[in-house]
Amino acid sequence: MKVAIASGKGGTGKTTISTNLVKMLAEKQKVILADLDVEEPNSGLFLDGELYHSEDKYRMVPDWDKTNCILCGNCQKVCNFNAVMKLVDQIMVFPELCHGCYACSELCPTNSLPMVPRKMGVLNHYKMANLDFIDSKLIIGEEQAVPLISQTIEYVDDFFGANTLKIFDSPPGTSCPVIEATKDADLILLVTEPTPFGLHDLTLAVDTMIEMKKPFGVIINRFGIGDNNVEKYCEENNIPVIAKIPNDRKIAELYSAGKLLYSTIPGVRMELEKIAEFITDQQEVK
Amino acid sequence: MKEIVVISGKGGTGKTSVTASLAMLGLDNMIVADCDVDAADMHLLMQPKQSETSDFFSGVLAVIDQDKCIQCGKCAEICRWQAIPVIDSKYEVQALDCEGCGYCALVCPVQAIKMESQNVGDWIISDVKSSTKMVHAKLHIGAENSGKLVAKVKNEAKALAKSKGLDYVLVDGSPGIGCPVVSSLSGADLVVLVTEPSVSGIHDLKRVYQLVKKFSIPANCIINKADINENKSKELKQFLAKEKIELLAEIPYDDNFTKAMTMGQTIVEYDPDGIGSIIKMCWNKIK
Repeated sequence: MKVAIASGKGGTGKTTISTNLVKMLAEKQKVILADLDVEEPNSGLFLDGELYHSEDKYRMVPDWDKTNCILCGNCQKVCNFNAVMKLVDQIMVFPELCHGCYACSELCPTNSLPMVPRKMGVLNHYKMANLDFIDSKLIIGEEQAVPLISQTIEYVDDFFGANTLKIFDSPPGTSCPVIEATKDADLILLVTEPTPFGLHDLTLAVDTMIEMKKPFGVIINRFGIGDNNVEKYCEENNIPVIAKIPNDRKIAELYSAGKLLYSTIPGVRMELEKIAEFITDQQEVK
Repeated sequence: MKEIVVISGKGGTGKTSVTASLAMLGLDNMIVADCDVDAADMHLLMQPKQSETSDFFSGVLAVIDQDKCIQCGKCAEICRWQAIPVIDSKYEVQALDCEGCGYCALVCPVQAIKMESQNVGDWIISDVKSSTKMVHAKLHIGAENSGKLVAKVKNEAKALAKSKGLDYVLVDGSPGIGCPVVSSLSGADLVVLVTEPSVSGIHDLKRVYQLVKKFSIPANCIINKADINENKSKELKQFLAKEKIELLAEIPYDDNFTKAMTMGQTIVEYDPDGIGSIIKMCWNKIK
């Protein structure tokens, strides 16, 4: 079972919920956490474990080999992303713009654009008792998060059996990185806060989940701050509100120091139990 | 004309609340651009009145003409995104998986595949309460090319400022370090970093600042929720000093930000003498 923790708005508490939830679950069962927010991964700041495995991650991009090139310019013509340019006496490749479709390479009449690996990030796999934690970090200047997200999911799929519970800490927003991080999930938990920004971005996230035909529920973080429009919205649209994490300056302080909350703040543990129960129920339905 | 971009790396640090406040202070000498097109929230504080909405087309998507298709499967074979599975014995493009590379259309022996341009969102010019105009956008669900929509919003804002002879374009950037952020940063004159003294805030700020450095744009910083963690605050200020990033202000942790938001107000309207005055001081330093 794969559960993605997502949100439209950034900074609503995805990482807080993900890290605390997996640590609590790991008291009783085996669980995997993968941080798929590869642009700004934060889960690792709250977990310590032993580094079990580390690997560089690559994506394939074309590299000009001038030996047999006849400068026909077909490569430039077939590229939809302006990543290949034919100049008077050479072919220039802009690897950061390349999406890796292979068209220029495979359609080149003289095989002058072989695909070569380009490093885009690093994947680290940590182990701590019942919990395996996988974390990928995009190299700064690399613009595309999607290939690294998809390779991280592949690593998790290859390494762990389908029966293990996997939690994905997803990137914020509603565009391509979020789709990539949530499209394989069996259940999505949307974390929001009870404010106008939280509500607005929640509605976008909900529309995305409906479009993707995914089962989902809502977790309200910083409950008590703002207004009650998020609850109203969920009620009107028959969206389950799974848990409400209270608004508490103490939580913000612990979080700021990189500390977990589930063992120190009783109210938080109770809400996390509700989330765990919801996941178990969904698993049984499945 | 000066282009000021507000970014944060981490979400939820108060970037949009700060930007909207700066927009209220810049009044009729600026155009505001909400480039956080994935989760555009600034309009909730700026309360757009009259708006003019335009479609935004970008990128292409493969569409198969089933009458022409001879089921040879070449398209599915070469697609790196496995976006053309066989459904009910027909090759069908899955819109959310299609990258828009056009390779399939090139290899189709009977020209059954067309690449159709996509309406990926709307971009909007609105009159807002600060007596200026705001350019914002709405990205459609799961749409790609958010970087291109960011560029569109920014360029429209710049053109508008230029045509009206205004001195400032103020940009609300997006979180992260990927293509929308790169798009927000390109061409900026000044970056304002909004962060918080937490392990995540510092981690994300350092990463996004490395990106800012690649663009050689001068940057300064506002620390929000400054009193939440003394040690982290010290660590953050050491980093700013080392990188020669000017610290504009430290704003204390304050629920008034949320209270203002629930009333559709910026903090300079809701609390003009408290936090509002701190932000006013920031604006005087950066303008």
